Amino acid sequence: MATQQTTTQNLTLVQAVRDGLYTEMSRDSDVLVLGEDVGKNGGVFRATEGLYDEFGPDRVIDTPLAESGIVGTAIGMAAYGLKPVPEIQFMGFIYPAFDQIVSHAARLRTRSRGRFTCPLVVRAPYGGGIRAPEHHSESKEAFFAHEPGLKVVIPSTPHDTKGLLISAIRDPDPVVFLEPKLIYRAFRGDVPEDDYTVPIGEAAVRREGTDISVFTWGAMTRPTLEAAENLAEAGVDCEVVDLRTMSPLDRETIVESFKKTGRAAVVHEAPKTGGLGGEIASIIQEEALLYQEAPVERIAGFDTPFPLYALEDYYLPSVARVEEGIRNAVEF
Amino acid sequence: MTGARDLLTGGAEEPVRILDADGTVVAPDVVPELDDETLRSMYRDMRFCRRFDERAISLQRQGRIGTYSSLAGQEGSQIGSTYALDDEDLISYQYREHGAVVARGFPWEYLLYWAGHERGNEALADLNVLPLNITIGDHLPHVVGAAWAAKLEGDDRVAVAHFGDGATSEGDFHEAMNFAGVFDVPAVFVCNNNGWAISTPAERQTASETFAQKAVAYGFEGVRVDGMDPLATYAVVRAAREKARNPGDGQRRPTLVEAVQYRFGAHTTADDPSAYRDEAEVERWKAKDPIARFESFLRDTGRLDDERVDEIEDEIEATLSRAVERVENYEANPDEMFEHVFAEMTDGLREQRDSFRRLYGEYGDAIRRGDE
Repeated sequence: MATQQTTTQNLTLVQAVRDGLYTEMSRDSDVLVLGEDVGKNGGVFRATEGLYDEFGPDRVIDTPLAESGIVGTAIGMAAYGLKPVPEIQFMGFIYPAFDQIVSHAARLRTRSRGRFTCPLVVRAPYGGGIRAPEHHSESKEAFFAHEPGLKVVIPSTPHDTKGLLISAIRDPDPVVFLEPKLIYRAFRGDVPEDDYTVPIGEAAVRREGTDISVFTWGAMTRPTLEAAENLAEAGVDCEVVDLRTMSPLDRETIVESFKKTGRAAVVHEAPKTGGLGGEIASIIQEEALLYQEAPVERIAGFDTPFPLYALEDYYLPSVARVEEGIRNAVEF
Repeated sequence: MTGARDLLTGGAEEPVRILDADGTVVAPDVVPELDDETLRSMYRDMRFCRRFDERAISLQRQGRIGTYSSLAGQEGSQIGSTYALDDEDLISYQYREHGAVVARGFPWEYLLYWAGHERGNEALADLNVLPLNITIGDHLPHVVGAAWAAKLEGDDRVAVAHFGDGATSEGDFHEAMNFAGVFDVPAVFVCNNNGWAISTPAERQTASETFAQKAVAYGFEGVRVDGMDPLATYAVVRAAREKARNPGDGQRRPTLVEAVQYRFGAHTTADDPSAYRDEAEVERWKAKDPIARFESFLRDTGRLDDERVDEIEDEIEATLSRAVERVENYEANPDEMFEHVFAEMTDGLREQRDSFRRLYGEYGDAIRRGDE
């Protein structure tokens, strides 16, 4: 397979989700999808479009409206030996399933001393900027990254989305796979038709630079890159690192980049307090204190409930706010 | 002779109905005693709901408000059930049940909520309505708690929850029903069974024959009512309210009302029902339109004529136009997002707000996220 010439398709991020599911379901009959409106309707974002017709109602399952039921039964299926991929329609609706995810999915391996495992992937669209109703825009990846026993993945390109989703499905442990819905259809990218993996736990350097390391993920990657290009014209050379996996973090890439630049900023949509920016700043302190030339700048959502959509564009980090934050760190 | 109480025990399978699809009275002994003015007001509110719905969908299509959930087809249940309450009764409703707000007077700010402003929920507090619920079923325990508090405080109020068929699958539904029964609280649960939870039909939501019968397991009464019949819904919810305040021997206070109806439109403006349901089914239900049915009844009984209908229409248009105008003229201060997080703003949040103010002062709207 490795030597075979692969054909590529030009897909959006949400199409890459669908393609990842299709590819892995075709390869492994133990993989199944369950959730609200994922079957006949093809998902409210069309992330499972056509899978119901392709794989039938026993592998693409429309469930009652019950998140705890969806994830809880997926845990039972996973313990039994299947590889369920439950979908939670929006991350804001994941909380009824929170107990199942943190008390059970994350701990089944530990509690049974490895005799039972929980190889499931909880998919959920997350993040703001699409003028959605209340509870449809939050970014609470830190809740899950805080939980030992869970891996947390957030892709930012169609290519990574398919490769990371396949990795997540093949992973022997539970993965929370958060999809940046703001960029579900914002652009297209080349995606190989074959199956391939992008490893969990590896960040990607999206732009090399020497003056400051800017760490980000998901939908914030694009405004961060745009800010970096604007700043390049002003003579500030940013390195932009897309972390891709929030747990486990790629400490090596974070530290390596920081040692080169001596300055850092973190850009995330989630509220500043308790967000992963704090964790990244700590890694830098622990591993590269003597290289540090400025405080780590956190450019984040505010410590307020995510506002209804009229004000969401003031809440989310904008290109201007990212530039301002980077300048603070560079000019310190 | 059927008394009001009997409405709640009259059999779980066949929905209670007073008006048939043509507006003919089929159960004369349980027609609620409402004066002409109240009946016309109910009709006006139902029409207001439908027109509000049309305007909101059109505003969404033009990008003037956000995602909106249509209530067309469900006006009878909304208006009938809310008219059955006293103004002091506390309501907690879901995103489709605009009728509960219309029946309580429709503050113009309600449209502001749909235009993306928290302030839209503010005015509801004066009407004893809790903020609109987007999450599914989470509010049912709140209603039980509020009803319980009223009982503990010795108040003569009931608390009412509106929710859909899908919500009955959530764990919170079970927990709320169980507490309601155990603590015997004065609550009325109005399940608006509109046949569909986005693409999931009611028969795939539950293996129970009806939603009403679930109440049996919690030790109180469940009743099905024709939710497209405002008089039947009124009568049933009124009886449930009376029982909640003053239960008979051996009766428990709570009632689960399953209002059988249909969602004529899409789940929301972001949904396309042609992917999952048959247009012929929609047409069958449209023949039972609650507004046409109620209008026939009012006309046949001499309570409504062309002139009054025209007056009502004009007033509705004027009221809606004023609301739309006020919403369009509303200018939010971005600072609002920092308000009301706590009774007293924390130091950290004040610092964030001040830093935001400084940036906003410097950049103006260039600080907003653009379509990068």
